[in-house]
Amino acid sequence: MEKKTNPVVSGVKFLGNDLREIGTTFKEGDWKTRLSYLIMGFGPLSRGQLVKGLSYLLMEVLFFVYMVCFGWKYFSKFTTLGTVETTKQHRVTVYGDNSFLILLFGLLTIIAVLALIFLWRLNVAENRKEELLLKSGKTLPSNKKVLGSLLDANFDKTLLALPVTGVFVFTVLPILFMICVAFTNYDANHQSPTNLFTWVGLDNFANLLNFGSSGFALTFFKVLGWTLVWALFATFTSYFLGMAVAILINKKGIRFKKLWRTILVMTIAVPQFVSLLYISKMFAADGLVNSYLMKWGWIRTAIPFWTDANLARVMIILINIWIGIPYMMLIATGLLMNIPEDMYESARIDGASPFAMFRYITLPYMLFVTGPFLLTQFTGNLNNFNVIYLLTQGKPQSIALSDNAGQTDLLVTWLYKMTVNDTNYKMAAVIGIMVFIVTAVISLVVYGMLPSVKSEEDFQ
Amino acid sequence: MNNKSENFASMKRKQRIGNAFCYALLVLISVIWLFPFVGLLLQSFRSYATEYGGMVNYLVPKNFSLDNYRFLFTGETNFLRWYGNTVVIAIFVSIGQTIFVLCVSYALSRMRFKGRDFLMRFWLILGMFPGFLTLICLYFLLKQMGLTQAGAVPGLILVAVASSGMGYYVCKGYFDTLPMALDEAARLDGASRARIFFELTIPLAKPIIIYTALVAFMAPWCDFIMASYIAFGHDSSYNVAVAMQRWVFTNDYQGYFTRFCAGGVLVAVPVTLLFMFLQKYYVEGVTGGAVKG
Repeated sequence: MEKKTNPVVSGVKFLGNDLREIGTTFKEGDWKTRLSYLIMGFGPLSRGQLVKGLSYLLMEVLFFVYMVCFGWKYFSKFTTLGTVETTKQHRVTVYGDNSFLILLFGLLTIIAVLALIFLWRLNVAENRKEELLLKSGKTLPSNKKVLGSLLDANFDKTLLALPVTGVFVFTVLPILFMICVAFTNYDANHQSPTNLFTWVGLDNFANLLNFGSSGFALTFFKVLGWTLVWALFATFTSYFLGMAVAILINKKGIRFKKLWRTILVMTIAVPQFVSLLYISKMFAADGLVNSYLMKWGWIRTAIPFWTDANLARVMIILINIWIGIPYMMLIATGLLMNIPEDMYESARIDGASPFAMFRYITLPYMLFVTGPFLLTQFTGNLNNFNVIYLLTQGKPQSIALSDNAGQTDLLVTWLYKMTVNDTNYKMAAVIGIMVFIVTAVISLVVYGMLPSVKSEEDFQ
Repeated sequence: MNNKSENFASMKRKQRIGNAFCYALLVLISVIWLFPFVGLLLQSFRSYATEYGGMVNYLVPKNFSLDNYRFLFTGETNFLRWYGNTVVIAIFVSIGQTIFVLCVSYALSRMRFKGRDFLMRFWLILGMFPGFLTLICLYFLLKQMGLTQAGAVPGLILVAVASSGMGYYVCKGYFDTLPMALDEAARLDGASRARIFFELTIPLAKPIIIYTALVAFMAPWCDFIMASYIAFGHDSSYNVAVAMQRWVFTNDYQGYFTRFCAGGVLVAVPVTLLFMFLQKYYVEGVTGGAVKG
């Protein structure tokens, strides 16, 4: 159990200790160490630690080159996101400031500064370590050894260098950028590079919670409501029906088990854009289902599978079962075999009905083991783009919903439409943050309630 | 004695009725699950010339023809190019993602270093942001590198591989089950971490490598959001999903429905065969991932 400490107090304490250590290093250090405070890596270099010294020095040089040639130009305009409009002079477009690049590279510059401070601190610590080592009469490791450690003791750094950089450039930076966009007026009327956009504070969030006719609130809460309902149904229908099918196939005396499983697994194998688009056409007004029902005289007019909002929602959930059962069936098949057979045997001797056995043996075990899986399924379904987009594209449209949201739109498909069709980036960013908050809150709350979390170590 | 055998007989009869019911249910399920694929296949044989390529009110074509397949291969569209793009993307993404995931999983499972918990927690939080949020930003990043439109294929590979380290969960879960004692024994014998990784862990991780590569290989076949945004308007950089979804969605392509079916069959068959061939590993990965979360 962790001790409850005030994070602010411990943070200040940590910072204080750190500053004191930087001070002592300077006071007790020799001139090489002291010069390292300005020229990073000077200490290690003068002590023969070429590899370490050169990397610190290189980082510092790179930082200043970046700042002078690139970073400062953008960072200096970060507070306004640019003031010089793009104009047309004698039919020639003279480009002014580009708010998009100012925001993006301004953020990158801030991160670069933080990274340099961090590296500088490491550089100070390295000097301290070397001095103490030398003072105690030991020798410093050879350069070859330092490099070699990248394949041994420091192998984690080698392994993680590329993946972490990749995540930083293609996930962290874009997410930070979009979070910032939520506080700007970046939309169809403020498109860079032709137009500037600028900071607007919390205006967009106010707009999101504005229940007036110009506000987003009504639509937002309707879409959010359907998103939650969808995720709940999509997760649990697939979960229980998938388990039922697994039990059915596992049943004693049923033959061709492999065949049944293979048929179901086809759904996973065939790319969804093929199967789901085909199914969406199958239930279209002029699709196979309607035309056969009409030919047989069961109905007069086509059933509005995709044009009636409620019917469309039911259809989406039903078709999602078609997708979801095979996954759950595979997982459940493996897990069901782990339940000891003699538990069922003794239950049978006690005269338990098959349903009672499921209720008191199978289900508790499955819920215990698959708790975290259910949670990830639920959050995955909150963001289940493919099923909705391939089946309905969020349609049918309705005048009850503003900003092009359709009756079957989830928050993510709505976000996508806002980005691609309406270029309403500011609100797309706000919705994205809302999706994050919903996902995070549900994950945190549910995760704490899972029975298997408390005994997590048992499985390792 | 008599009573007992009668009991036995009734039990057997009961079981037989139960099983018959189960078989009926399984057959029904199979029909529902297979119907879309059978429909897709049948309609792909309906001729554009002699019948109609759009939506009709019957399933089995009156005359079987290979018109639609011929259309795809004779160069009226860039179909072969799209197909090639998708195969190239899928292969490179598969290789790249597998390498990234293996690296991250080994580091997080086998090594304890400063910032490990922070990294795992940070990536978990990052994963809660919806993927399409960053669409425009990624587009501009790639544009700066010249990897949009004409360069969309390498661009898509880059985007898919770069952030793939975050999907380490299943693979790390598998590594966690490999006994630590093996590593320790090898280290006592003087093997470096890198040697253990390449010569001990990777050979043991064959099932999970195949699983990771398979899942990564299948994803690009379905990717039309990122692909359509990044390749925007540049027909020869499209992948099959981007190109062929137009044939279903857009009205300009009236009568292209059977062509979509034919293309769909050509996409589905190789991917499905590959999947069925490696199904064992997929099941292992999915089940392991579900239990360890």
